[in-house]
Amino acid sequence: MIVIGFLAGLVTGGVAYFIPWLPDQASEEAKAIDAAYWFVVIICAVVFALVSGVSVYAAWKFRAPPDDEDDGSPIHGHTGIEIVWTAIPTILVTAMAVFSGFALASAEDLPDDHGTIQVTAQQFAWSFTYPELDDRTEGELVLEIDKPMQLVLTAKDVIHSFWVPEFRMKQDAVPGIETTVPITPIKIGRYDVICTELCGLGHSVMRAQARVLSAEDYAKWAAGEDEEGGAGGEGTTTEEGGDTTTGGS
Amino acid sequence: MAVTAPQAHPVEHGGPPSRPTGRRRYTVGGWLRVAWMVPLSFLLVPVLVMALRHWLSYPSSPFSVLNPLDDSGWNEDFWRFAKQDLQPLITTWTVVVPFAFLIGIGGFDYWAHYVSGRPTRPEDHSGHGARTWRDYFRVNTDHKVIGIQYVVTTIFFFIAGGLLAMFLRAELAKPGMQIVDPQGYNGLFSVHASLMIFLFIIPAFAGLGNYVIPLMIGAPDMAFPRLNALSFWLLPIAGLMMLSSYFVGAFAAGWTNYVPLAVQQPEGNLFFQMGVQWAGASSILTALNFLVTIITMRAPGMTFWRMPLLVWANFATSTLVVIATPFIAGSQFFILFDRVLHTNFFDAGEGGYPLGYQHIFWFYSHPAVYIMMLPGFGIVSEVISVFARKPIFGYRLMALSLMAILVLGFSVWAHHMFVSGMAAWLRVPMMVTTMIIAVPTGIKVFSWIATLWEGRIRFKTPMLFALGFVSMFVIGGLSGVYLGSIPIDIHTSDTYFVVAHIHYVLFGGSLFTIYAGFYYWFPKMTGRMYNEALGKLHFWLTFIGFNATFFPMHWIGVRGMPRRVADYDPQFGNWNFMISIASFFLGASTLVFLYNMLVSWRSGEPAPGNPWRALTLEWQVSSPPPIFNFDAIPQVVGSPYEYGTRGARHAVMNGAPTTQGREAAPMEESVP
Repeated sequence: MIVIGFLAGLVTGGVAYFIPWLPDQASEEAKAIDAAYWFVVIICAVVFALVSGVSVYAAWKFRAPPDDEDDGSPIHGHTGIEIVWTAIPTILVTAMAVFSGFALASAEDLPDDHGTIQVTAQQFAWSFTYPELDDRTEGELVLEIDKPMQLVLTAKDVIHSFWVPEFRMKQDAVPGIETTVPITPIKIGRYDVICTELCGLGHSVMRAQARVLSAEDYAKWAAGEDEEGGAGGEGTTTEEGGDTTTGGS
Repeated sequence: MAVTAPQAHPVEHGGPPSRPTGRRRYTVGGWLRVAWMVPLSFLLVPVLVMALRHWLSYPSSPFSVLNPLDDSGWNEDFWRFAKQDLQPLITTWTVVVPFAFLIGIGGFDYWAHYVSGRPTRPEDHSGHGARTWRDYFRVNTDHKVIGIQYVVTTIFFFIAGGLLAMFLRAELAKPGMQIVDPQGYNGLFSVHASLMIFLFIIPAFAGLGNYVIPLMIGAPDMAFPRLNALSFWLLPIAGLMMLSSYFVGAFAAGWTNYVPLAVQQPEGNLFFQMGVQWAGASSILTALNFLVTIITMRAPGMTFWRMPLLVWANFATSTLVVIATPFIAGSQFFILFDRVLHTNFFDAGEGGYPLGYQHIFWFYSHPAVYIMMLPGFGIVSEVISVFARKPIFGYRLMALSLMAILVLGFSVWAHHMFVSGMAAWLRVPMMVTTMIIAVPTGIKVFSWIATLWEGRIRFKTPMLFALGFVSMFVIGGLSGVYLGSIPIDIHTSDTYFVVAHIHYVLFGGSLFTIYAGFYYWFPKMTGRMYNEALGKLHFWLTFIGFNATFFPMHWIGVRGMPRRVADYDPQFGNWNFMISIASFFLGASTLVFLYNMLVSWRSGEPAPGNPWRALTLEWQVSSPPPIFNFDAIPQVVGSPYEYGTRGARHAVMNGAPTTQGREAAPMEESVP
């Protein structure tokens, strides 16, 4: 029966593996986070299959016939089993905690030569300031592929939260303090920057675009020659206006 | 202040209270006194507040801008300033009017007599026990009446909160805004969550506990019956306060009410801050009452290791409530002061610290998750043992794991704040404690399943809900492990994954145990059997509807749908449409429950004393129990779960052993 449980766990795990559970993996950090995710998924799927398998079996096997007035066996406990089911979960959660700890360290490990982008959240818009481009400020997040970036977040009014599902990284932007989140994009494309902390009536439309560009395209954009620049920034504001701002890099 | 020892002939003792006549009807405690005191206090508040502000020459007093030369008298400035004045007014109203109500209904009568030096009336038990349905609408000191008052009140707010959820799902059925505006949407989910947490789950457990605990430990009543009555009447105040926020625009910063958003919100937010105070006071007073009752009023022989696990669970929960609930009260007072008194606890521009709020809030609200879970663990332990006809597996470890959860529950709060920007070093220790708390919880789940082993399981409705709870809670617990892992939490926090998780814990978890409790003790509380077929139908509709509604939310959350959004990316349109349909199905399943409860209460088959052949003490008396519970205090002689051992006894009632027969122990004359 325990074998059945394990088989059920394998099937569940297999199904789980072939459904596209997670969004695209578009950042270096996402690899560590996904590794932790799958590590925990597999353990939890097996535990769930085992527990539900045993429960369903027990419920079916030990059902009382109609009009039966008998009692079950007077089993009060079993110290050995109780030790086992205290020890094994302890080992499992310790394993998950250790794995998660390493995954976290790996996700947040940023090389010293990283760049910096200032992110300012306000109701209900994002603005991104590029210190390396003479503090040029845009309503979209533009990143160069494979270049590690440190995003420094703050908020003007209430708490917001920066999230790009494809990057897997999320960090609150809090008034009065600066928080950081590392992003190393590894896939060219356009992604949504989503606010995930309730910030008032415009919370659900507080979005911006994140664009990951190739090195050449990024250089063009930095030089202000990007024909696409500033496009598609739905619900965003730019303090100095999209592509009219020429960076002096 | 305990009600005196049980009486041999309780009915003769009290007799129906003589109601005063004539004008005195308006001055004794009751609804007539409420009818004039509440409107009077309502009108007095603005007069007092405005007079005080005028006297202190506050510029915003509307009277200071009233232009006597203006013909209309009520010029625009007046209304502009009156609106500014709304905050102090609402604050004062939400303090004074409830007190007027409580004084009016008579909640303070006894103490007022005592404090004012007038002779206190000798206790004639006229306010104890229900003789007609009207007694349920009065201040009543009988824990059984209070238990039913609690349960019925919480079901009312459960329906209110559920209807709000239906509106939420109707809005979310299609991308774009159709039914409400974004602020209205934010109000819907904020009030939904607040009602479900503070007015349903927590007090529903308090209500069941109120009814059952004194019976289970062999006590004639709670330790402080008058305080118990007062605790109940605080509850409708809190609920109506939260609902009445709709008069000025519902509070819309979520039930978490994070600052600075909460400070910036319109006046409706005050109703949350004050509603929480009243609900919190109710819950703290009840918890104190439970603690004192459990510690001091156990029947002879009822040692701690012979207490049913429900009593253990409420013991742990009450300790949590007493320690943790003051923190949410404090956190909301800080916001109130920031709003009304212009302090700057959380205003970053003035040196305040928004994250400080989150720490205080979660220091309450994580233990609150266990406040909403442990009593359910207790209910499920009772139900599974009785319907599997087996002793609960590993009784001592079950009790100890409750205490372990109680202690560990205070060390995990910051796992709600992994992405909040709090001190980074705090994250890993909080992850470790969060993971470890899964161990005692796992012990409980394994022990319930082991209790089924070699049992003779009867699938009555309470048992179906208890088993449904175990399976749903396993999913909720495992998704909790996901969220406890920091890297996964970075991705999933504040998404629909969290919405799915919290509903697996609070709906599949707490609500299923509440349903199990309602069905299990329905015969005891009402003296009638519920309809078993309808009960089973209710279970299956709920079980299917619940999973169809909430399981897909895990997926859309991981895929990128944030929570608390009035509108969403069209890519989630189909899923949300399906979820909404399932949620209407789930909502409709509640009608089966309500119909069953109402019809069975009126005309169900009369219930025997012990329809489940259970061993615990509440089943050894008639259904419903006598007015002082026991003709003579029982003598407890053994464990409450000795199913399967012939001749084993839990207690001796009136000289007769507890039976597993369906009839109550014989009623005999007892010698006081």
